[in-house]
Amino acid sequence: MQPIEKSITTLELSDVWGGFKQLMPISLFVVIFGLAFGLAAAQTGLSEASSLTMSALVFAGASQFAVLEQWGDQVPLIPLVITVFAVNARHLLMGATLFPWVRDLPLAKRYGVMFVVSDANWAMSMQAFSRGEPGLGLLLGGGIALWAAWLLGSWLGLHFGNEIHDPVSLGLDMVMGCFLLAMVVGGQKNLRMFVVWSVAACSSLLAYRYLPPNSHVVVGALAGGLLGAFWMDDKK
Amino acid sequence: MNIDTSGSGAFIIIAIMALVTLATRWGGVFIMSFIPIGRRVQLFISAMSGSVLIAVLAPLAVTGDNGARAALLTTAVIMLIVKKPLPAIAAGIAAAALVRAL
Repeated sequence: MQPIEKSITTLELSDVWGGFKQLMPISLFVVIFGLAFGLAAAQTGLSEASSLTMSALVFAGASQFAVLEQWGDQVPLIPLVITVFAVNARHLLMGATLFPWVRDLPLAKRYGVMFVVSDANWAMSMQAFSRGEPGLGLLLGGGIALWAAWLLGSWLGLHFGNEIHDPVSLGLDMVMGCFLLAMVVGGQKNLRMFVVWSVAACSSLLAYRYLPPNSHVVVGALAGGLLGAFWMDDKK
Repeated sequence: MNIDTSGSGAFIIIAIMALVTLATRWGGVFIMSFIPIGRRVQLFISAMSGSVLIAVLAPLAVTGDNGARAALLTTAVIMLIVKKPLPAIAAGIAAAALVRAL
């Protein structure tokens, strides 16, 4: 990581619009996710208002699906909090990785852009930063695109969800997985990163197998991060 | 303690979910603002950013069905060849649909 220049952390309206447009294609896929959520929420018995409020305010698909699993006449408070926190804990790590690029922003902007952080826009902006290009527009504008797509999809799912009979047979459950993998493969590749990733993958799998549910992302990411921190890059 | 999902209860549950999620979105930036960013912290951050993705993907590849594996493998190969995400993702999804249709 190079010393950070001011110019790659600009956040003008044009940067936001550019980011919005760049995340539009992947947002189309997010509409389909949202559709699946809207359908599942309707089948679980949530009202239209609750489903849409949840998608608008929570905007974190995996945790929303997880809460649907717990939904009944009553929802237990502590398991609710633990589930949502564990599924979304990767946001903590994403925030930490973004910090070098948001620290010079005024507080309101700094926490404002973090409202819409999710996997796809975070991955795109980190990739931009690692190439020395501006990434905050991708983060905020892209996040707005993803949020709008998620909300639109949820609404479509509530009304037209029954039209898609089997999203899994169409491969649609793999959209986000393939997207994230494309981000990994498109990023920096060398022997050191390969070893770091191998450690992250093995730790994640061990945690997935032996530790409480949803802990694997945090365990794998921290294991990879720690190895990276203590294994100095000789080049610099 | 349980919360009824009828009436306003549903919105209390949603408000709790929203607050917990917002805490995860803000927490990482907030905690880092107390940590001096030296060389080692920079290396930690850069190694962790790829590792988050790998840690999400590894169980998907290992515990997923052959369709999931075909999707990931196809995405990786196409990405290495054409270096553009959208064709790689589209090919991955097509591969999953194809394998599951067989």
